[in-house]
Amino acid sequence: MSKELKTSGKYLLSARADKFFLSLYQVYRFLLLFFKEALLPPYEWKEVIRQCYNVGYKSLPLISLTGFITGIVFTKQSRPSLAEFGATSWLPSLIAIAIIRALAPLVTALIAAGKVGSNMGAELGSMRVTEQIDAMEVSATNPFKFLVVTRIQATTLMIPILMMYTAFVGLIGSYLNIHANELTSFKAFFQSAFVTITFRDFFISSLKALVYGFTIGATGCFQGYYATQGTQGVGRAANWAVVVSMFLIFVEEITIVQIFNSIRTG
Amino acid sequence: MIKQPVHIDESDVVIRLRSLEKSFGNLHVLRGIDLDVHKGENVVVLGRSGTGKSVLIKIISGLLKADAGEVWVLGEDMNAINPKSLRALRLKIGFSFQNSALYDSMTIKENLEFPLVRNKKHLTRKEINLAVEKVLDDVGLLQTLRQMPAELSGGQRKRVGIARTLILQPEIMLYDEPTAGLDPITSTDINNLINEVQQQYGTSSIIITHDLTCAKTTGDRIAMMVEGRFIQQGSFETIFESNDPTVTSFYQYNFINGDETNQK
Ligand SMILES: Nc1ncnc2c1ncn2[C@@H]1O[C@H](COP(=O)(O)OP(=O)(O)OP(=O)(O)O)[C@@H](O)[C@H]1O
Ligand SMILES: [Mg+2]
Repeated sequence: MSKELKTSGKYLLSARADKFFLSLYQVYRFLLLFFKEALLPPYEWKEVIRQCYNVGYKSLPLISLTGFITGIVFTKQSRPSLAEFGATSWLPSLIAIAIIRALAPLVTALIAAGKVGSNMGAELGSMRVTEQIDAMEVSATNPFKFLVVTRIQATTLMIPILMMYTAFVGLIGSYLNIHANELTSFKAFFQSAFVTITFRDFFISSLKALVYGFTIGATGCFQGYYATQGTQGVGRAANWAVVVSMFLIFVEEITIVQIFNSIRTG
Repeated sequence: MIKQPVHIDESDVVIRLRSLEKSFGNLHVLRGIDLDVHKGENVVVLGRSGTGKSVLIKIISGLLKADAGEVWVLGEDMNAINPKSLRALRLKIGFSFQNSALYDSMTIKENLEFPLVRNKKHLTRKEINLAVEKVLDDVGLLQTLRQMPAELSGGQRKRVGIARTLILQPEIMLYDEPTAGLDPITSTDINNLINEVQQQYGTSSIIITHDLTCAKTTGDRIAMMVEGRFIQQGSFETIFESNDPTVTSFYQYNFINGDETNQK
């Protein structure tokens, strides 16, 4: 795509600026193509399910560990400040707010960006440079639909589910720590944890996770699908998949939080 | 061994190229290609590395678009083809890639059945398995059925790659350097395979190579490509009896390197 535009050999602004706007245009074309191919039949359900399994399976161990440790550490670190006010009984609801509103979506997304996004970048990148994508195309399979659309759908679907799981594991970690220190029962912990959590919190977090999931899949696939320049390009695709999607996730986090805060107050 | 002539119907053109041009940026790769491939014919494209041979067959298969000129494949105008017809056409074209392009994440069996599973939805599991075993047996690699591509040698991968394109029984085969980097015995196997495919299925082929033995044993006609143009076309003998210095330098290079064609 961008190759066709470049053929004139002259720059409109400067080499760098042209390259930047060209890649923005390429991203726009990529997203357009995604929605077109995702909406038009035939659908590749089987491959989507396979990719969902991949996404879940690849990130599960790391997410379990990180979620659990986050829960414990966050509880441990928050206790002294609350103890100063004699408010350790608020610990469960504070932790629940922190985990469900902020930590779970962010931790899940950042880990998936590192695990799943880089994997997609590398996998599609090596398929591109070894002409496997071309081979798929000449055997009358639409490689964009089969490889890219299915992967983006899988991350968009799975990251919210994984986010719920991270939240759950994080709360378990927190419960264990609180149980060890304050001897709070399982039931009492979860009762006070969910007092302050509303449906709105779940909704916003799921929405965030959905957006992050789409971002991770789209960035990884974009980097891989348009990889160039041999094996070096594969490494770069994997690397950029992580860097770009992490950056986008932070920008999206801030934007979404701002939007919902202004809805609440405005 | 020089190839036995086969009967070719000159009136039935399956690939027709006229004044084909292709550039990448400032790099003018194809500079006016004219070629007719007839039904049942093996055309060998000979040329040095980087002259645009792979680009040529990528244009024929619709992977790349020509900048100018006409491309007709099985009666379809490749410059104006719609996605649906292109999809149908691709089932009739087999493309054997220079580096095999096997799907790394799939077993040999899954690689071979991929085109069938995707495109022949009416086939039963049993029919697919039979087709896979037959085509793998044809290339002499039945024992690799459950292996991964990374476990095979370069020559084996190449043969699996050819098998994967043969499974749809294409009318046109495009071979990109089928014997490059292989030992003489494996090369001979592949050359024989190319001829068998032609005889068994009546396939028309374009065979890209810089291996003169391959050209001699598989080609009904040779087209000599230099700097994005065909400077000569004809039988193996006519090409190598020519006095054109670019042609003579090409085969002299092969002689010096001990190619068996020097016994012609
Ligand atoms: N997608 C592409 N983008 C930019 N340049 C390309 C592209 N494909 C091919 N080229 C350039 O076109 C020229 C011809 O390439 P091609 O692969 O057709 O050579 P070839 O004749 O097949 O050589 P070899 O025998 O080494 O395979 C090369 O200089 C290559 O760099
Ligand atoms: Mg080539």
